Amino acid sequence: MNAITRREFIQVSAASGAALTLEFSIPGTAFAQKAAATPAEVTAWILIHPDDRVTIRIARSEMGQGSLTGLAQLVAEELECDWAKVGWEYASPNEHVKRKRVWGSMSTGGSAGVRTSQEYLRKAGASAREMLVAAAADQWKVSPADCTVANGVITHGASKRRVSYGKVAAAAATRTPPDEKTVKLKDPKDWKIAGKDVARLDIPDKVLGKPVFGVDVNLPGMLMASIAQCPVFLGKVKSVDSAAAEKMRGVKGVVKGTDFVAVVADNWWRANNALKSLKIEWDEGANGKVSDESIKAMLKAGLDEKGLPNARSTGDVPAAMTAATKVVEAEYYSPYLSHATMEPMTATAWFKDDGMLHVWTSTQNGEASMAAASEAGGLPLEMVEVHKMMLGGGFGRRGAPQDYVKQGVIIAKEFKGKPVKMIWSREEDMQHGFYRPVSLVRMKAALDKDGAVTAMHSTIACPSILALLRPEGIQKGIDFTAVRTFADMTYTIPNQLCEYAQKNPHVPVGFWRAPGLQNSFYRECFIDEVAHAAGKEPLAFRLAMLKPDDKNRLVLEACAKAADWGKPLPPGVFRGIAQSDGFGSYTAMAAEVSVNPAGEIKVHRVVFAIDSGYVVNPDACRAQAEGNVIFCIGQFYQAHHIKDGRVAESNFHDFPLPKMAEMPKVETHLVPTGGFWGGHGEPGALNVAPAIMNAVFAATGKRIRTLPFTADELKKA
Amino acid sequence: MISITVNGKAQKLDVEEDMPLLWALRDELKLMGTKYGCGIAQCGACTVHVDGQPVRACVTPVGSVQGKKVLTIEGLSKPGLHKVQKAWIEHAVPQCGYCQTGMMMAAAALLQKTPQPTDAQIDDAMTNLCRCGTYARVKKAIKSVAAGGKSAPAKA
Ligand code: FES
Ligand code: FES
Repeated sequence: MNAITRREFIQVSAASGAALTLEFSIPGTAFAQKAAATPAEVTAWILIHPDDRVTIRIARSEMGQGSLTGLAQLVAEELECDWAKVGWEYASPNEHVKRKRVWGSMSTGGSAGVRTSQEYLRKAGASAREMLVAAAADQWKVSPADCTVANGVITHGASKRRVSYGKVAAAAATRTPPDEKTVKLKDPKDWKIAGKDVARLDIPDKVLGKPVFGVDVNLPGMLMASIAQCPVFLGKVKSVDSAAAEKMRGVKGVVKGTDFVAVVADNWWRANNALKSLKIEWDEGANGKVSDESIKAMLKAGLDEKGLPNARSTGDVPAAMTAATKVVEAEYYSPYLSHATMEPMTATAWFKDDGMLHVWTSTQNGEASMAAASEAGGLPLEMVEVHKMMLGGGFGRRGAPQDYVKQGVIIAKEFKGKPVKMIWSREEDMQHGFYRPVSLVRMKAALDKDGAVTAMHSTIACPSILALLRPEGIQKGIDFTAVRTFADMTYTIPNQLCEYAQKNPHVPVGFWRAPGLQNSFYRECFIDEVAHAAGKEPLAFRLAMLKPDDKNRLVLEACAKAADWGKPLPPGVFRGIAQSDGFGSYTAMAAEVSVNPAGEIKVHRVVFAIDSGYVVNPDACRAQAEGNVIFCIGQFYQAHHIKDGRVAESNFHDFPLPKMAEMPKVETHLVPTGGFWGGHGEPGALNVAPAIMNAVFAATGKRIRTLPFTADELKKA
Repeated sequence: MISITVNGKAQKLDVEEDMPLLWALRDELKLMGTKYGCGIAQCGACTVHVDGQPVRACVTPVGSVQGKKVLTIEGLSKPGLHKVQKAWIEHAVPQCGYCQTGMMMAAAALLQKTPQPTDAQIDDAMTNLCRCGTYARVKKAIKSVAAGGKSAPAKA
């Protein structure tokens, strides 16, 4: 479907020995078509082929969120090309380094793909369009100002001459790009490709089952590896007895790393079987006794510490608490959770005879993968290429931590000249994550005699993601991912204090979909509790604390209206609502829920409103909302328990994912107000737990403050 | 030697009888459309058809399908796109797409047996896991096939 470039073509040919016209199933992202004449690189982002096909380079990663298509839509919109002729390829991380990071950030996370690159991508499209028009005008010896463009065809009005982009692309590519500052962008009101439900570019290959994922890489003479890591995090390998394994069919070798052992074989099942026969002695280090209980005690002690760093301090909270008519206080807790991407961690590495190291992997950051490979391979960046494959889910697991890439490289280093594909078993994947942090939060609110909130004090005890993955991001002792939603809440409460107790057990933590979303659950359920204590209706109570022009207010009102808030419901069905902003967007969610006498919850309908400023692909945004809802419903019963320093759960039988039958009706209302750019991959996750738990409270009068919970806790007494 | 027919093609495999069909397909026949998700029959990413029945290839020893007909996603689309695949594209079902080949194989088997499934029948038959959460669209796509492909496009 998408054009192959010459560079990729050469790599592919070299790797596979394929003839020019064969269809091949490897590397990179592109599927070969008949080798066409060389495309012209009009700008670093845009290749135009003589037959008018356009290849747009993509720097971020596609993991199902659809931003690959959204980014291409933004470029195509300004380029004024024919969308039907648009294909794509990933920008090469290796060339990225050689070309002084011409493609900007390759990091894909924080729902930031579109919002943080939209401006330079639109400018790239507009610049290329100007260059193409100027090239045509030159040939016709007319002024570019007298030419118009539509659908990749340039027309000179007076002489009625027409030429397609493909014919002038080579000439355009030799021109100097216009000054960034002079490039004018369209008013989004005039968009024809962006803002529309165009079909996602990645879907057809996925439906055909083409080998697009990291685990699908298939190279000549490739070997397969399965890996075992020390069950206790941070432990090391003491000794390995691999005598039995080495005699097993297909086994090519055993690689002993400092903290893992891998078996390499000619088939992954054989590698994994042989792995199980290894006798590995681990040095568990000092953490072999850590448990849920010891971690909870650590968090609890954190809540009571004096002099904690604060992320927000306004007014005089102690005075307001003393003066209060009523003080409401509660503690909430949620456990470690893994990403559980359907595709386990995987990396294929190949030390080629020419000295280059090639890596094929599912990564949220091609550049980070390259850096990890370079470090583990002991080669300079220029000697490393990363072929980005489609991700079988990311959700934050495949961004900052590049552990699996390093392992893949260390393993392949023992088999120089041969490609080795490492795939983690599901068990490894679940027990060696970078988990959503466990957290314990205490909230205290002061109410005056009229039932208005005069003060709010939150204390958050939570491991720091930044301390582990991006220590330079910690400011004055605060990890913003741990305090969000409290530190930045827009409720107009005059006295506020938000304190952070950074407590870091040895369990690795990372960016899970919508990092910090536990705080939305805590805050928005607690606000419900406070409303109840004040004898107020939960929606009105919130609106009374939001300024008239606060976008959180607008989106909450839009949600309530769409959800028929206040109108009668069928018997046994109850509503809950929540609002919180994040990842550049403002969101609110209302849920309709029933709870049967056995205490089982059924979520019937979820109404979601989001203001992301602009919307580039509405259907992809709706898909993200649907996915976020069911992803987060899993929080009600999922947990990773820590026992003897390790994660107790090992597969989907004890860490279940939500199923089809649990999927509620999700109604998404996109209410973009313009003037800013917000994300969509994660904001939909924020309010799922609080909206549903507030509805559960309405249904049962029981307040769930600890996740996960069991039906027993909601059973009618 | 184990003889199986995969997507209409006779194959001889020199592998252990207890090698799961999944790894015979992926690592021996290089058919990468069938996915590994759990290895313990929990997720359905590895769903293929054996003599028309949906099975989880990760727990199906290749020896047990000796002489049988195996259909994978690569075969489903021959000669042209299967109606399930068309509906999947029309309704923009896949997100990351990893679970979708198994999901489509399960859906094709369901529709073969029950051409007009109810919601409850869909919930019962479609126990495949999708971490991205595409369930609403999966259901909509299945229903559109049941309705002869005549349903409103996906605007969930
Ligand atoms: S891999 Fe077979 S059911 Fe999960
Ligand atoms: S589409 Fe990603 S797991 Fe289903």
